[in-house]
Amino acid sequence: MIVYLNGKAYEAKPEETVLQLALRNGIYIPHLCYHEKTGKAAKCRACVVEVEGIPGLKTSCNLPVRDGMVVSSKSEKVLQAQRMVVDLALSSGQHDCLSCEQNGNCELQDAAYYLGIERPSFQLYDNDYEVDDSSEFIRVDRSRCISCGRCVEACNKTVVNEVINFGNRGFDTKIVFDNDLPMGTSTCVQCGECMQICPVGCIIDKRSIGSGRNWEFEKVETVCPYCGVGCRLEVHVDRKNGKIIRVNGVEDSPTNNGMLCVKGRFGFDFVNSEERLTTPLIKENGKFREAEWDEAIALVASKFSEIKKEFGSDAIAGLASAKVTNEENFAFQKFIRREVGTNNVDHCARL
Amino acid sequence: MKFYRSHVLIAIDDNSLKAGVKKIESLLRAKLDKNNLSEEINVLETGGLGYFGTGVSMTVYPEQITYANLKEEDINDIVEEHFLKGRVVSRLVLNSTITKKYNFNYKNRVVLENSGIIDPENIEEYIGVGGYEAWEKVLTQMKPSEVVDEVKASGLRGRGGAGFPAGVKWSFTAPIEAKQKYVVVNADEGEPGTFKDRLIMEGDPHKLLEGIMIAAYAVGATKSYIYIRGEYKLCIHRLEVAIKQANEYGILGKNIFSSGFDHEIEIKIGAGAYVCGEETALIESMEGNRGTPRYKPPFPGVEGAWHKPTVVNNVETIANVPAIIKNGADWYNTIGVEGCRGTKVYTMMGDLKLPGLCETEMGTSLRTIIDEYGGGMKDGKQFKAALVGGAAGVFLPNEMLDVKMDFNSLKEYSAVLGSGAILVMNEDVDIVDILWSIIRFFRHESCGKCNPCSNGNPVLYKLIDKIRKGKGKEADLDMMIKVSEVMNKTSFCALGQSPYMPIKSAIDNFRDDFLKRMK
Amino acid sequence: MTNDIAGIKKADVILIIGSDTSAAHPVISARIKQAVREGKSKLIVIDPKKIVMADYAEIYAAHRPGSDVAVLNCMMHEILKNGWEDKEYIKNRLEGFDEFKAEVMKDKYSPENVEKLSNIPAETLRQISELFGKAKTASLYYAMGITQHTTGTDNVWSTANLQMICGNLGVEGGGVNPLRGQSNVQGACDMGGLPNVYPGYQKVVDEKAQAKFEKAWNCKLDNKVGITVTEIFDAMYDGTLKGLYVMGENPYLSDPDQNHIIKAMERVDFMVVQDMFITETAEYADVILPAAAFAEKDGHFTNTERRVQRINKIIEPPKGVITDWEIIQLIANAMGSDWNYKSVRDITKEINELTPQYAGITWERVGRFGLQWPCPNEEHPGTPYLHKGKFARGKGLLRPIPFKEPDELPDEEYPLILTTGRVLQQFHTGTMSRKTEGLNNLAGPMVMISVDDAERMGISNSEVVEISTRRGEITAPAFVTKRISTGVIYIPFHYKESPANRLTNSAIDPIAKIPEYKVCAAKVQKIN
Ligand SMILES: Cc1cc2nc3c(=O)[nH]c(=O)nc-3n(C[C@H](O)[C@H](O)[C@H](O)COP(=O)(O)O)c2cc1C
Ligand code: SF4
Ligand code: SF4
Ligand code: SF4
Ligand code: SF4
Ligand code: FES
Repeated sequence: MIVYLNGKAYEAKPEETVLQLALRNGIYIPHLCYHEKTGKAAKCRACVVEVEGIPGLKTSCNLPVRDGMVVSSKSEKVLQAQRMVVDLALSSGQHDCLSCEQNGNCELQDAAYYLGIERPSFQLYDNDYEVDDSSEFIRVDRSRCISCGRCVEACNKTVVNEVINFGNRGFDTKIVFDNDLPMGTSTCVQCGECMQICPVGCIIDKRSIGSGRNWEFEKVETVCPYCGVGCRLEVHVDRKNGKIIRVNGVEDSPTNNGMLCVKGRFGFDFVNSEERLTTPLIKENGKFREAEWDEAIALVASKFSEIKKEFGSDAIAGLASAKVTNEENFAFQKFIRREVGTNNVDHCARL
Repeated sequence: MKFYRSHVLIAIDDNSLKAGVKKIESLLRAKLDKNNLSEEINVLETGGLGYFGTGVSMTVYPEQITYANLKEEDINDIVEEHFLKGRVVSRLVLNSTITKKYNFNYKNRVVLENSGIIDPENIEEYIGVGGYEAWEKVLTQMKPSEVVDEVKASGLRGRGGAGFPAGVKWSFTAPIEAKQKYVVVNADEGEPGTFKDRLIMEGDPHKLLEGIMIAAYAVGATKSYIYIRGEYKLCIHRLEVAIKQANEYGILGKNIFSSGFDHEIEIKIGAGAYVCGEETALIESMEGNRGTPRYKPPFPGVEGAWHKPTVVNNVETIANVPAIIKNGADWYNTIGVEGCRGTKVYTMMGDLKLPGLCETEMGTSLRTIIDEYGGGMKDGKQFKAALVGGAAGVFLPNEMLDVKMDFNSLKEYSAVLGSGAILVMNEDVDIVDILWSIIRFFRHESCGKCNPCSNGNPVLYKLIDKIRKGKGKEADLDMMIKVSEVMNKTSFCALGQSPYMPIKSAIDNFRDDFLKRMK
Repeated sequence: MTNDIAGIKKADVILIIGSDTSAAHPVISARIKQAVREGKSKLIVIDPKKIVMADYAEIYAAHRPGSDVAVLNCMMHEILKNGWEDKEYIKNRLEGFDEFKAEVMKDKYSPENVEKLSNIPAETLRQISELFGKAKTASLYYAMGITQHTTGTDNVWSTANLQMICGNLGVEGGGVNPLRGQSNVQGACDMGGLPNVYPGYQKVVDEKAQAKFEKAWNCKLDNKVGITVTEIFDAMYDGTLKGLYVMGENPYLSDPDQNHIIKAMERVDFMVVQDMFITETAEYADVILPAAAFAEKDGHFTNTERRVQRINKIIEPPKGVITDWEIIQLIANAMGSDWNYKSVRDITKEINELTPQYAGITWERVGRFGLQWPCPNEEHPGTPYLHKGKFARGKGLLRPIPFKEPDELPDEEYPLILTTGRVLQQFHTGTMSRKTEGLNNLAGPMVMISVDDAERMGISNSEVVEISTRRGEITAPAFVTKRISTGVIYIPFHYKESPANRLTNSAIDPIAKIPEYKVCAAKVQKIN
């Protein structure tokens, strides 16, 4: 199927929308409410395009492709409408990017930049929302909300925790937790799905506030060290200081689809903990003292060798770990079986 | 049936109730009793007579004399003069122009034919004037598809605003195989200054029920809902009575007239928001969700309430159906104009001599409606503008008074028929004030689902408020047009698309009113 | 899991028994809730606690802890009685049906009789059986609520029996799906961190396997099965086991009957603990070796759906800290051996060579989303669900499983049933999760107690109470709730200040050697 977009022909997939086709081919059309996961919402109206043969403008996020369709996302008429629509969104809240954590990672900012909007044309915001800081890990600053509805969809339909909804109407529309409780006292389980999917700086990771600008962090994928689901993580790391800044779920992972739980998203203080051991310890007279690696290794090796010699291999046992890698477990059991010479190896699979 | 010398029809509607009709009615009955007249003179309650601002009114048959603005102390005179001595109490008679309108008005009635004539709380009376004949005809002689075809052929278009052909709408739903389908009557009537649906329901609830059942049979729905504004207490009461009676008569319920067709009608009280009149928001609200519009397609006819195929029609649309079936599509095609058949019920408000309801043929000119039905301008003032089509309508100046009132003709003036609201303004009215209240209305009613409407309306309001307070600039007018035009092109539903029409027509046609405020 | 996470939504009916899914496996619970919300699947939850998942269930039943076999047998009793079983499947793919049938059709498993054993009303048992039995595809999820019993193996067999007679094994969306509790339990098992098998479940008593590893590793290997965790601590207690090497585990909090564990650790001659922190267990060690965290190394974890996924190094370990495998290599070589892994990839390669299920899961192939074993060669796409068309052993074996009571039942002195588990915000013994202050603020120690019991004893919410069993006592604040059955209390085991495992019974399942964490007799008393 062929679709003409801004004068160029593209091969379209039958089930996709015009916006999906455009994004797949690297053509940006402003969009604030559409997200792959929550799907079309048709709420922000920033994604309007012109279609030959159809009067008026159409939102591309919910416009199915048709063979031979001729679409323009860049005509002056379209850009003018997009500009006004994004301008209105920008005017609706307090979008002072410089003081926003989402700066550099904000989809509203991207849209405004693309359309050449330098500052909002109207002043609608009248500062009557307090920042909701009641939740342990998440901050909600409703003055930045653009009511795109992604968080509502995500909380209800993706993680199915059914906490967030819209309250009030019209301009006063706001997201509410349960029956408009502070997030921290609501039934929210702090999975952070809403935070990950919020296109602007409204729902943010409290713990990364002030830790640096988005573009300063490197993103590395790995796997959650907690439960057996094995959620794939995208860790934002500050290489300079060796610090984990924040953690996102990997959206296209077949295991977790971007979802995480409160541990997998926020429970990483242990890595940079002050209590980490940094040197081997040897107990002497009931007390631990610091030791060099060589000394500690030599002590362990000689003790195991002694016991093996005196009492036989079966007088030694090893507990492998359900929290370390396959490679390390492999090495461990090989050590017990080959070097110690016993099958006394187990771990707490059963516990 | 008893034989009475006279019938007295007392209009019971919200207005007359406020004016104390119940008290007056009991006084009347007592007085008649005292004079031994109760066997001769039959007092009946009916729906509204189609006037507005006439307080308690009653019509005496066969003389067809209408008394209006009655007070308790007037009853004595009426009984003693009129009923005992046969002398009309002329000081209480509605003035002759009004009576003229009344008679004139009745000629063309389809939807309101029984309003003010029969007792809406008595099914016998409805049956007595030929009610439920269409329903019987449908059940005994017609296949569902024939009903759909008949309505299609009649050219009936939706009266809720958009004017979509009703038969065509039904023809989408009818062929769908589904365990459950619904008919939903849109009785939300949220348009400011519109109360035509209310009077239809108050005056002739059985007509609506009959229409619903025919529609349900045509599309294969076994359950219907009437989604009605909570404020319409009297309508709700009368519909409840009517449903109960219809059930008792076996007209509604299981295996109606042994046809094997079952039908149940339920009343749902609305959420009280304007946007809930939009069909998909209505459905959301009915399902217990936030009343915001859904994306279409799928249209409700394919996937509506609880994801089942659902036909949504306005009260007036449905109320046209029994007559179409009874008299045939050919008959219906003799009324109205090409492309727009039948009559239309208007709510006329503003600086008219006779504000209120009227029902006229489609295609009647605005001038005729204002002059003949509305009795012309009040207090000898000059006509300045008419806002036609409700808040989302267009300000028409004097030069456009001859526009024909039907969906197609109005379109040529970029105007809309909407729900049939006509607000007539005289020379003293300042368009800025009117526009200000319209925009305030939209700002208040925006549901908040989409960005252009929920943020655009506050922008418009800020601008018009500034102008109204004398702080505006001419550039603000252009900005209002620009913002509302983008809202018109991009908003999710018709509410956000609407402000453009009144804004553009007000500024284009009455620019001076705005400039006056800027000096 | 025999099946995969993506297949969750392909089931018409999902049964959760013995898993507080939204607390212990939150993201899998989200998938199940999605399936229910989207109307794709109907959910049945059987659990003594009215867990969050019960709110999404078509049918929820609270059973008495330890009555799982009775409940499952009852379901099969009803299913067979009504002919809802998959007759073709039984004929073609299973064996042992007659003996099995003779057991479950005993009158003892009629709904009326099982009501007495399980406290689930007979009517509910019938409804559950009907919903499950009539489903086209039904899946079953369980976690430690099934395994941590003296009858754990029986429980597991019963779940398999149920799924086999209903023809739900080897089909997309079906399966018996144990949810693994820790990030790499699956991998630790796959890699032979078990006393009876080499990597890939190759038995140590199998001569061919022994020969294979002897050749590969160029050494002599022992051919007798080793001892399990619980036996290890018994042997330490008895003094027959002299040396223990613990890598990244915390038995002090995770193992049953804490006082016994402490004595055992005090008695052992030499104990090495390798960890990120001085854990409660490490306090008893002779040597502690600092190890790198997951974020500081490369390698692979295998998740509950058998998906082998890459973990990547994100940051450098603290100065002086090295990874677990490097430490192991150092010790091996200090003992005079010849280890020469240059990087973790060398080990991965050895795993590919020696573990048939992992043969195709090479470093180069794993990719961002991993591969599900078995993956026998480098062309193989991996296996989303097991037993398709055929069972590993040929025909599926149905076993008659008679119901047995738990080891320790409530009595006059200890009238309540104590059951243990996890909460959402903490993990295992807390070594990792308790270092995050916010998680501690969200979830501290507690004992869940029913409103009935609390009222009877005059205990109010948040009141600190003493909980005791024959093995010891702890204190914890009471969480008075309707979500737990009368006569049952629940304590999460994460907390060293209120260690549930000081209370638990170390009686074990005779085959799997799993302790009975989920049932023991306890009492609750007001303090003062
Ligand atoms: C904001 C808004 C409000 C509406 N309010 C009403 C209403 O009060 N009554 C009504 O019948 N239709 C209303 N409509 C139109 C309905 O969406 C729908 O078109 C109508 O009920 C269909 O019936 P019809 O085809 O018989 O006109 C409204 C539409 C919009 C956009
Ligand atoms: S954190 Fe999770 S549970 Fe809480 S509101 Fe956001 S999506 Fe919902
Ligand atoms: S909080 Fe974020 S995701 Fe939610 S509606 Fe507002 S802008 Fe959208
Ligand atoms: S994020 Fe939560 S659900 Fe996912 S693996 Fe980690 S602990 Fe398990
Ligand atoms: S246009 Fe207005 S009323 Fe309609 S959906 Fe958008 S916000 Fe709601
Ligand atoms: S992305 Fe299309 S309307 Fe928001």
